[in-house]
Amino acid sequence: MISRRRLLSLAGASALLAACGSNTGRGGSDQALKQWYHAYGEPGVQQAVERYAKSFTKTPVDVQWNPGDYDSKLATSLLSDGGPDVFESTPQISSVRAGQLVPLDDVFGDARGDFTESILATHTVDGKVYGVPQAVDMQMLFYRKSLFEKAGVQPPSTVDELIDASKRLTRDGVKGLFAGNDGGGGVLAGPALWSAGLDYVRDHQVGFDDPVAAQAIGKLRELYSSGSLLLGAVKDWAEPDAFTQGLVAMQWTGLWAVPAVQKALGDDFGVLPFPKLSADGRASVPVGAFGAMVNAKSKRIDEAKELVRFLWIERTDYQEDFNLSYGFHIPPRKSISEKASKLTTGAAADAVKFVRDNAKASNPPDWTSVMRTAFNDAVSRVVRDGASADTEVKAAAGKVRDELKRLYG
Amino acid sequence: MRNGRAFWLFVGPFAAGLLVFVYVPIGWSLLLSFFDARNTVTPSEFVGLRNYADMLTDAPFLRSLGTFSLFAVFIVPLTFVLALALALLVNQISFMKAFFRSVFFLPTACSYVVASLVWKLSIFNGVRFGLANTVLGWFGAEPVAWTVSTSPPWYWLVLVTLRLWLQLGFYLILFLAGLQRIPQHLYEAAWIDGASRGWQTLRYITLPQLRTTSVAVLLLLLIAAYQAFDEFYNVLGTDRGYPPFARPPLIYLYYTALGSGGQDFGHGSAGAVILTLLIAGVTLLQGRVITR
Repeated sequence: MISRRRLLSLAGASALLAACGSNTGRGGSDQALKQWYHAYGEPGVQQAVERYAKSFTKTPVDVQWNPGDYDSKLATSLLSDGGPDVFESTPQISSVRAGQLVPLDDVFGDARGDFTESILATHTVDGKVYGVPQAVDMQMLFYRKSLFEKAGVQPPSTVDELIDASKRLTRDGVKGLFAGNDGGGGVLAGPALWSAGLDYVRDHQVGFDDPVAAQAIGKLRELYSSGSLLLGAVKDWAEPDAFTQGLVAMQWTGLWAVPAVQKALGDDFGVLPFPKLSADGRASVPVGAFGAMVNAKSKRIDEAKELVRFLWIERTDYQEDFNLSYGFHIPPRKSISEKASKLTTGAAADAVKFVRDNAKASNPPDWTSVMRTAFNDAVSRVVRDGASADTEVKAAAGKVRDELKRLYG
Repeated sequence: MRNGRAFWLFVGPFAAGLLVFVYVPIGWSLLLSFFDARNTVTPSEFVGLRNYADMLTDAPFLRSLGTFSLFAVFIVPLTFVLALALALLVNQISFMKAFFRSVFFLPTACSYVVASLVWKLSIFNGVRFGLANTVLGWFGAEPVAWTVSTSPPWYWLVLVTLRLWLQLGFYLILFLAGLQRIPQHLYEAAWIDGASRGWQTLRYITLPQLRTTSVAVLLLLLIAAYQAFDEFYNVLGTDRGYPPFARPPLIYLYYTALGSGGQDFGHGSAGAVILTLLIAGVTLLQGRVITR
């Protein structure tokens, strides 16, 4: 028999453990809705979203800011009952199939037509919309006008011209292009497919099972082995430092970098989409948008949906403030992006045009991690190891086909 | 009774922690490995050994096991020999012994993540003003993209020097402890019998006396080689994922089980069990060979 004292010491031990477990940093009362954001880098965003949440009068909202590996943290929290009621993310077919997300079609109301169609598509799985887009991010090619003039090079409009420009701009200790420390295989793999008129997945079929895909990926190898790429920069492609420090004449980065580049270089720069491979292909820019989503395990789905509707449908002033006052994003609603004065001139205006004409989903819902790993591995082996593009692309296509078969039968 | 209470007071919290945070998860993942567990940890679709069959025919997983077996063959003896050599040197010197012992041990206290970032961002970055490239520049060589280039695979130089720097000190201390337990009279007897200082005493006294320490060090090194994660993830990983080369099995399993765009705990767990069995097997085999 366990004595009372012994029981007490055991209880003490478990209380100790419980104390360790309960400090999740969530805080707040049980009454509040829990809303999660990843940590935006721009100062002021956290205060802004907290201010928006506070103005929702129907129920208190606890905003949690999540620095670090947000995707993994979110995915793990969605498995348990302890996850947020409302969170930002992009929908994946796997979480939809696992019943983790609440369809939000009824939240949109009349405003649905106001959202840019290509952005809404990235939040649509099997015909239902699972996220209300908050802010559009996009990637594009930045080039230094003065260096182009000095070298007598025109802004490239085909992939071959891009490779040629990169080679010719490599001189005096300056490299032609920086497209990530992995040699471009990461961020340019999608644009390379699109440049040839192909895609990751199309109508539940492999979108790149085509000899032209090998040719397009082969161009990335040509670029890599030309010796004109900057490799191993201190900051990776998402930061414009290599470009603003004059280490390269072109860099692949994103719209968010425009203010920093403007500050460093004035108007000595221009932006371009990733060029087309041939006449059949198309220039492209990868776009993605975090959307507000509702956890299917939430005990207060209706209130959560109401919060999402309030923040991102009703309060258009919040969407405008969120997109344009801190970092540099494009509001997903046309009525806002069209009248935003910040987006009517210079590189930003070009970016808005690219999103309208050349947008491609950087992370479509049906591009699962198995497919991504298979494809990225193949591209990396072609680009960095010089493996045969034909063989590698075919092998990746096979793997993607198996995964699609599993998903759609 | 008093004793019993003290026992539970001291052992209880630790045992409970071990149970809750180690044994239950191990048991759970064993369970998951027999289920189709996508985006759930309470799966319902039993698939028997299918996850195991999938993992054992999964080319990237097998390749990562292969790569790291090779890595172990290379890194284990290298660390072993260097740690032993350093320990012998530190043990020999008669002044500032504590200083040298601390200096070599200090890197062990450094975080893997911090060290990885120092190696990646300041010593071995690819731009012309990186430390390694500055040194190369003195000899007129072109900057090298250390962590990017795959031919030649310079990233191994980065990873191996990093691992050696972080780990050597720990094994050095183990060897030092072993050396200091060797009775001095054995050496004295050998000298009287005419053994030369140096190779003969090392071969016939020091090394045999270090046998138990050596076995422990080898086992720890081997396990550490297969469990590589931190420095690889931080040096070679990017926001676009991890490249297909030098990919430790644990990193591959991490992306399988927890990657964004689909969590697959079934295959991830099956892979983890396979890896555990492999480590156990190799360890047993090594123990058998050495202690024979």
